Amino acid sequence: MVISNRPLRFIIATLVACLPLMTFANPEVDSVKVHTEVAHETTEQSHEGAHAEPTDVKSKIKAFIGHHVLDSHDFTFFSDEVEGKHYGFSLPVILWDNGLQLFSSSEFEHGEAVAESNGNFYAINHHDGKIYKTDASGKIIEDEKTGFPENERPLDFSITKTVLSIFIAAILMVLIFAGLAKTYSKNGGIASGAGRIFEPVVLFIRDEIAIPNIGEKHYKRYMSYLLTIFFFVLFLNIFGLMPFGINVTGNLTITFALAIMTFLITNLTANKNYWGHIFWMPGVPKVMRIVLAPIELLGVIIKPFSLMIRLYANIFAGHIVLMSIIGLMFIFKSWLGSSLSFALSFALSILEILVAFLQAYIFTLLSALYFGSAVEEHHHEEAH
Amino acid sequence: MEKLIHQFELGLFFWQVLIFVGLIFLLKKFAWKPILDAVNDREEGIKNALLSAENARKEMQNLQADNQRILQEARMERDNMLKDAREIKEKMIADSKEEAQAQGLKMIEQAKAAIESEKNAAMAELKLQVSTLSLSIAEKLLKDELSNKEAQTKLVEKMLGDVKLN
Repeated sequence: MVISNRPLRFIIATLVACLPLMTFANPEVDSVKVHTEVAHETTEQSHEGAHAEPTDVKSKIKAFIGHHVLDSHDFTFFSDEVEGKHYGFSLPVILWDNGLQLFSSSEFEHGEAVAESNGNFYAINHHDGKIYKTDASGKIIEDEKTGFPENERPLDFSITKTVLSIFIAAILMVLIFAGLAKTYSKNGGIASGAGRIFEPVVLFIRDEIAIPNIGEKHYKRYMSYLLTIFFFVLFLNIFGLMPFGINVTGNLTITFALAIMTFLITNLTANKNYWGHIFWMPGVPKVMRIVLAPIELLGVIIKPFSLMIRLYANIFAGHIVLMSIIGLMFIFKSWLGSSLSFALSFALSILEILVAFLQAYIFTLLSALYFGSAVEEHHHEEAH
Repeated sequence: MEKLIHQFELGLFFWQVLIFVGLIFLLKKFAWKPILDAVNDREEGIKNALLSAENARKEMQNLQADNQRILQEARMERDNMLKDAREIKEKMIADSKEEAQAQGLKMIEQAKAAIESEKNAAMAELKLQVSTLSLSIAEKLLKDELSNKEAQTKLVEKMLGDVKLN
């Protein structure tokens, strides 16, 4: 049963894994293009009038989506536009700018005001949500061509919304899995409690991801990383679908950090064989070996790069599409159109849940695959 | 691409790496290792239990085969014993028959011999009796005859004549 299932599942998994490469290779630019448009529009608007907020519903939704996918220095659940009230809480801002600058993000008043700390002035840029150094007037000069601010940036170690979400996810994971681990000894080797629903998932990662891809001999070394990354990505993907407006795994910095860790682990634990296959491919003519070396070397970097882009693009695009369809409800403002887009957003949410699991699975599977290639031992040396 | 690079945030990267690496080590110590160990132990336990069950089954089979064999042997032994007993019985019967026959014959012989000797003894006694009787008769006769001389002579003459005839 399991054996007959495996090839099918792997084919589907590889198909889906390749899908974002094809679909997002071009639309990647597309989704960003939408974003760029937002930036340009608001840029123009801000050029016209200082801090001009978008007025019509369409551009308001665009701006909202644009802000949602970015990191934020305060945690806003929702805001009342009419009264200008924000419901949520502020987070600590930690900057390194000729010494430690520590203050609450409430000083920015949701990006409206200039914060002052030890005689330095900081302001949040509306377009990228980042903190820039400025003067008392809070002026941010933008590059004519790129639209990026030219102001100097302090080193920003703030506990942002994303950092807080990661913290919460990490604490949740420790509580769940340490709790699960404890139940084993209490209950005679059998899990009990709510955490036991994760036991089959842990076993799945061991039996279906780690062992087939890495091998019985080496898989134990990588289990901690694979399990942590799977649940980390899964939990944060699911967080993103909850109504708190969190977007962690759709943040390039996060996926970059995850991918670089896979990259480092792959290359630091790689054996002689792995490097041999990269720099001096056995079994091919000498000239070809010289040609193949740079290609293989490029592959070493492309592998984690694709990991980074795949997770980022999937979650980012999912958020954009889902929010756009939810936004359509307010644009239509009719019984038919709004309910249709509600139904569509409902269907898409379900799809996003699937994507949340799938992307966590694929990230883990591909990491395991790269680890497997790094520790693979070739028994067919004689054949070469 | 530039937009993507612009999105990169060093502070966030720092926190992410810090938290994630911390999380890996924390979970490794408190969660993954105990969980995987417990699961492994359980799997080993199940494997061992299955193996021992299989062994027990085999042992049972062996035992059963042994029992069967022992039963077979016992049955054979019983058969042998019965056969032996029958043989012995037959032999005993035959022997006793023979012996009885011999004994009977012997007894018959003895009886015959006894009868013979008894007969001889009886004959001897009879002879003695007859001779005594004849003597007494003769005596009496003689006494009578001797008183009658004439008759005596006549008788002797007659007897003598009888003897000649004999």
